[in-house]
Order: sequence, then C-alpha cells, then structure tokens
Amino acid sequence: MHEVALAQGIIDLVADRSKVDGFTKVSTVHLVIGALSTVMPEALVFGFEAAALGTVAEGAKLEIHEVEGEAYCTDCERRFSTRSRLAVCPACQGARCMVTGGDELRVSELEVE
Amino acid sequence: MCGVCGCGNAEAPGEHEHVLADGTVVKHAHDSVEQPHEHVHVMADGSRVTHAHGPSEAHGRDEGSARARRIKVEQDILSKNDGQARINRARFEKHDAFVVNLMSSPGSGKTTLLVKTLEALKGERPLAVIEGDQETTLDADRIRATGVQAFQVNTGKGCHLDATMVDRALERLPMPDRGVLFIENVGNLVCPAGFDLGESKKVVVISVTEGEDKPLKYPDMFAVADLVLVNKIDLLPHLDFDVAKLEGFVARVRPGVRVLKVSARSGEGFGAWLEWLKAKGLPAA
Repeated sequence: MHEVALAQGIIDLVADRSKVDGFTKVSTVHLVIGALSTVMPEALVFGFEAAALGTVAEGAKLEIHEVEGEAYCTDCERRFSTRSRLAVCPACQGARCMVTGGDELRVSELEVE
Repeated sequence: MCGVCGCGNAEAPGEHEHVLADGTVVKHAHDSVEQPHEHVHVMADGSRVTHAHGPSEAHGRDEGSARARRIKVEQDILSKNDGQARINRARFEKHDAFVVNLMSSPGSGKTTLLVKTLEALKGERPLAVIEGDQETTLDADRIRATGVQAFQVNTGKGCHLDATMVDRALERLPMPDRGVLFIENVGNLVCPAGFDLGESKKVVVISVTEGEDKPLKYPDMFAVADLVLVNKIDLLPHLDFDVAKLEGFVARVRPGVRVLKVSARSGEGFGAWLEWLKAKGLPAA
C-alpha cells in the first residue's frame, strides 16, 4: 500500500499549486500513470480519498489516464508496446527485451475553482 | 492539448488511442475541433463511470461554474521525494560517502548479511547504518553490537523508507565521511522499489529458500537492482533451488545486472561482494 504515500504526494503537489495558482477547491485531478509504474489505480483512489480530507482536494475526482509501456527487443531491434515487464517481442518472440517507457506517475492537469 | 481527453494530440489531428484505467482502448481523432468520445472516470469510491462529451465540451464546464478552470501541471507525483533524494545524494557526495540501499522480502537474511559485511569492513573506514522496520529496534540493536553506529527508523504503518525518513535519520547519525552508509529498507519486495533515497547503489537480496521465480513475480524490484545478492547458499544442498534458473529470470527483468552468490552464515562468496563494493565506488581506505 505505498499508494497511500503516493496519494499524499498528490495532495502535497496540489497544495503547493493552490498557493501559486490561487485556487481554493479542486474538482478533478488528472493523472498520467504508466502501465509499468508501481501503482494499482484502485488503491491510489482509495488512498487519495482519505488523504484529501481537510485539504483543497477534498472531494476531488481522480481521473486516471493510463499509458502503455514501451519495450525494445535487443535481438531484432524493434520497439513495441507492452503491459508487462516480462515482455516477449511480438515480432521475433525474443525474451531479451528492455523496458524503455511506461513508468510515468504524474499529475498532468487540475480542474480548479 | 485536447480539453476533452487530456491528450496532447490536438496539434496533430488524426486517429489515436487511449488506454483507460481498466485496460479498455478508446480510439478517436481530433480534427480542428475537439471531437466527442466515450471515456471512463474512476470515481473516489473506485467505481467506474463511462460517458461521452460533445465537441469542445470538457469537464469543469459541466458544472457551469464561471470560475472553473484547468491548470496544466505535468509534475511527477514523486517529485517531492525525488527532490529530497537529490539533496541526500548531494550530501553523500560532498562527504564522499558510498550509500547502499539494501532491499528484499522479510527473512532473506539482510541483517545477518549486513552484520557480516560490517565486521569485514570495520576499522578500514567509517561505517553507519540506517535500519528500516515497521516496529522494534531489534535490527539496530544487532548492528550496534558490532560497534557500528545505527539509527532505527520505525515506519509504523509504512511499507517502505522514503527520502525524507533518510534525511531525518541523518540528523541523528554522523555522516560516515569517506566511508559507507548502509540503508536496510523495510522487508518488502514491492513498495521500496519506487522510492529513491539518494543512495549510490540499490542491492536486492534474495535467499535460496524463497524460490527462483521471485524476479518474475516481483519484477519492479528486480528491475531497479544494481546488484542481486543470492543469500543462504550454504543451504543449497538441502533444497531444490536452481541458481541458473534464478539467474535467467533476473536477466529477463534486468538484463546485464550482476548476480553474486553468498552465505552470510558461512562467509562463502563474501570476497566477491566486498570486491563489488570496492569496484563500484567504495572510497579508498
């Protein structure tokens, strides 16, 4: 349940932005989460709801935009999308693949009042 | 930037796809104006709502509030932790301290391995240890018995150490100038993988009593390892553990990472482990 710590990270980030951008309420927090990040969306939503109580983000909705993972096959030198760190190359079935993307974990946008 | 789906393809119209939180794929296009498309929201209670907007009609405008607006943020959720980790790393470098973050599941023998390592390095150079556990000071007590300074962080309900906990521990622990700081993370093969502490190297320990398939079951952890230590090899004659199979699985998740076999109990393999520490930046004694 490190998602609770991540949820707190979102709340801290939103609180910082509220001072910079001068808002008092957040209706939606947009997140970009890579398929290969260490996050379980349901657990993050649960943690966020609890961590948001008493903050500008209380009652805000989390909208999660998931992006695919990316990998590179060291055998046939192709790039491909994947949802697993144990990806096998779809072209040559090689297992020597490097993960090259898909661990995003960021707040992309806030909808505020 | 598309105001409806949040993707950045408004400048590059044409069909593209989004993968939603539940794994469904939505294909749509932005022409000169934002096109409607169906998408999913994960609500605060975990339920999912699928709906669509008409062209150019985004959230925030639904409520009809004149003050509602969207702010582009694009900031990493771990940015606070990563910022503190950068400060920690700068401090370690300034003091020429080599910092090892030891991670594993509970019971892999991390503390025994650490005690043995400290005994081998003691007297050669300054040493210090940060111990992370949910409760008790048992591990720090074991470290202190070797004469090395240790500080115990109790994370309470927390399942990992973060960069701020390390920063606070450093207030209570003298920095080992030109020496080594070992950070023994909370026993957990999942959560600690995501948190940079500012360490020089991440070492993942797996014991032969755990099964060869751990790298496949917990790929996030093995994917960040700078070294994998296979501990308790003195028990191999009594087990069906296949070391070559484990090495193959590690290579799938983290191609090229070094795997060393050790026994913290018998001391077997410790020469190679100490050599690795020295080769990777342990300051000269």
